[in-house]
Amino acid sequence: MAHKDDSKEKVVFVGDSRVRRGNGFITPPDYSAYPGKSEAFIPNFLLKEWMVGVVVLVGILVLTISEPAPLGFPANATATVIPIPDWYFLFLYQYLKLPYASGDYIVLGTLGVTGVAFGSLLLAPFLDTGRERRFYRRPIASSLMFLSLAAIVYLTNTAWTEYKHEMAETGQIPEDVQREEKAAENRAAGLPTTTVVQTKDIAIVDKDDPAMALYKQASCVSCHAVDMKGTGGPPSLRGVGDKHDKAAILTIIKEGKGQMPPMYETAMGAGLSEQDIDDLAGWLAKQKSEQ
Amino acid sequence: MFKNVYNWIDERLDITPIWRDVADHEVPEHVNPAHHFSAFVYCFGGLTFFITVIQILSGMFLTMYYVPDIINAYASVEYLQTKVAFGQIVRGMHHWGASLVIVMMFLHTMRVFFTGSYKAPREMNWVVGMLIFFVMLGLGLTGYLLPWDNKAYFATKVTLEIANSVPVMGPVLKELMQGGTIVGAETLTRFFALHVFFLPAVLLILLVGHFIMIRRQGISGPL
Repeated sequence: MAHKDDSKEKVVFVGDSRVRRGNGFITPPDYSAYPGKSEAFIPNFLLKEWMVGVVVLVGILVLTISEPAPLGFPANATATVIPIPDWYFLFLYQYLKLPYASGDYIVLGTLGVTGVAFGSLLLAPFLDTGRERRFYRRPIASSLMFLSLAAIVYLTNTAWTEYKHEMAETGQIPEDVQREEKAAENRAAGLPTTTVVQTKDIAIVDKDDPAMALYKQASCVSCHAVDMKGTGGPPSLRGVGDKHDKAAILTIIKEGKGQMPPMYETAMGAGLSEQDIDDLAGWLAKQKSEQ
Repeated sequence: MFKNVYNWIDERLDITPIWRDVADHEVPEHVNPAHHFSAFVYCFGGLTFFITVIQILSGMFLTMYYVPDIINAYASVEYLQTKVAFGQIVRGMHHWGASLVIVMMFLHTMRVFFTGSYKAPREMNWVVGMLIFFVMLGLGLTGYLLPWDNKAYFATKVTLEIANSVPVMGPVLKELMQGGTIVGAETLTRFFALHVFFLPAVLLILLVGHFIMIRRQGISGPL
């Protein structure tokens, strides 16, 4: 135990309590060995450090209030977005685009140079083993670090410039900006500001109608799916009656629309009569989201 | 009152030596900006820790609203950002803090490097510090996906492609992080688990090691 029975004084603080005397441990010099005035960590120095901390905290809050954290549109695998990592990965990202760090040389890029750079950083004390501490007396270690820093600055700048250039060339605006603008417009118009994708499940109207069988027979099903929800590109036919009436649907069947080819002849070929197709269009026109 | 409570606990647990080890030490002149302004470079380690604490606290509040699944993740972030009182501030602190902690840690690393403070007997502390650096980068990488917007989604796709290009280990690593063959629901939950449980746990263990070592060895002397 740390306490002696004969002592009323509990705290016996002599010198530096951090260092236990023992064999083999390399005792760092006591601070009294350094010239000048040392200062107690608690409370004196910690109070000063807290003042610096407060300044930093205010800085973060000012940044937070003036620049809200960006948020784009919900992730969508089919969107065309130029991928960009967070800024502190830009140098790596750009480096891996260099001809001798990508394609056939990707191993050199990911393991070779990157591995050696980060590995030697990790093991720096075992590579730079001299006793000299001042950086200008350690030319190899210091110049390698300066070189790396210059490379990081250069690559980061190149990556960002190229990204900006690419955005300008394709006429894209960062999605967080777009979202803010859209939200502001909607707010002004009194509309909901959310960009969350709203998916309502619309039921099939009159599922037992003979037209459902015709829908399958006429090969509509191969693009618009058995459940009529569509297959990615081809749209869902649930609720199609909200958008088109019977005549419009017949026109689409006869003439096609967008990516959809004219299907009238195909349906006839599949054994549907003119009356069947008329029934089918009539049934589709009944597909409204709300009854 | 306070003293009595302290003494009561101290009699039973003998906490005075622990308290001394943690707090009772002196700060030498050469690292004290009050004496030499240039010594402000010694502040960066402490500031890194300070921002790390901010990150942990703000992150804890964010998880009160965040839902880690692909249907609701974006909606919950948008709700937090636009509807919750001070949600924008808390998310903003976490967002900007994530960048600042990298900046501070980088400056701290450079200070240690250029003052040669990693030399004997402090080699192990440098290695632990670099591991902290890598864990922080991992936290940045995994946290980037969580809002589940297009920027997050496509950046993660690229990251996983890069991981995939590492020979031998790459495809395994990619599938492990991705949790399947596409960036999707499983990827999000894995990144969430990594960001909120695995990496912070590793980070805290490493930080404890980092601090114990600096207390044992003391700060390096003046140049």
